[in-house]
Amino acid sequence: MKRFVVGSGALAFAFLLIGALLEPLMEPPSGGVDLRTAVAANMTASGVEHPVTAVLLNFRGYDTLLEIAVLLLALIVILASGIDTASDRPRAVNPILQTLARLAAPLMVVVAVYLLWAGAFRPGGAFQAGAVLAAAAVLLHLTGLLPSWQVPTLTLRWGLTAGFLIFLAVAAGLLTQGALLQYPPAQAGMLILLIEAGLTLSLGLILAGLFLFLSRDPGDDS
Amino acid sequence: MSSGLLFACVGALLFAMGIAGVILIGHLLRRILAFNVMGSGAFLILVGLAQRNDVPDPVPQAMVLTGIVVTVAATALALALVRRLFALTGKLELPADET
Amino acid sequence: MSFAFDLLLAAALLWSGGRSLSVDRLDRAIVLFIAFGLLMALAWARLAAPDIGLAEAAIGAGLTGALLLDAYGALKRRKE
Repeated sequence: MKRFVVGSGALAFAFLLIGALLEPLMEPPSGGVDLRTAVAANMTASGVEHPVTAVLLNFRGYDTLLEIAVLLLALIVILASGIDTASDRPRAVNPILQTLARLAAPLMVVVAVYLLWAGAFRPGGAFQAGAVLAAAAVLLHLTGLLPSWQVPTLTLRWGLTAGFLIFLAVAAGLLTQGALLQYPPAQAGMLILLIEAGLTLSLGLILAGLFLFLSRDPGDDS
Repeated sequence: MSSGLLFACVGALLFAMGIAGVILIGHLLRRILAFNVMGSGAFLILVGLAQRNDVPDPVPQAMVLTGIVVTVAATALALALVRRLFALTGKLELPADET
Repeated sequence: MSFAFDLLLAAALLWSGGRSLSVDRLDRAIVLFIAFGLLMALAWARLAAPDIGLAEAAIGAGLTGALLLDAYGALKRRKE
């Protein structure tokens, strides 16, 4: 009985929500702010040519700074939640898979660097490059070439936090400009590339860490 | 009807579907799936609705890009907590309230 | 023509999203969710957002799927 009431209540709520969400879609509100013109007008001062990268790292750099902080926090909480550590189970891996992974991993690193560089003037950027790096690490782990991480070493800790620290250092260094993360237009391109390089490394390591730290859980109570 | 509007409508349906799943499903892994579907719906609404007259708007696109990366971190954190709960209690559902 | 493709993609998104929440077996639900992520990447491409499409294909479908399948495997091994 209770389950029925909760179920029908949830369904009624969902239908109300659909109605509420669809109603403004059918008739877009007038008088909204069009951000496209604002972005297009400021592109020359942003230091990059691709609008999405300009928004991410220049106009709304604040969000990206908080985002890398949130990712770092999630990883720290996962480490703190204390998953039972144990040694890796040896698994039977196809040698053809291993050879292919060995071939693919360096190519994926090249793709990541290309995406980072391309982000300045076409679709790409630090997030995609970091995701490709993380995917390479996961691929190597699944083919048994890279053991899962147990406790982060000092080097790894620096790598995980480098993106956040570089971003924070740039933000602090530019505080004299008036607003937070307001780059001088002449050096904006260079600063964005520096921040993006740090972000790519850290994002790749953090996203890979989410998988590699979690997969150390062997699943049995040995 | 432009494709932006169509996908915004799909996003509204997915969001409602996901929220019904989060409320109704007790199994925690499935609840994480429903939570992700809900997030995808919200992202579709954001980008689809901002695409007026078929001209894309870079600001919501950048926000959604940030959102996707945060979503995977939240999912990993939720999975770590579910694993911990299972290791401690052997259950995959939240305990009922003691009354 | 392209609108017909949009409609087809919208239907596929709703179907895979709904099935991944309602299907009986958990492993199938996770695989359907990965398919849902890949369809989302297509939808981003249709919405002229290639940046999000790239990220969604690598993160939404790839990493999230790997995390979910890994958790499913670990929980199943522990249950036995």
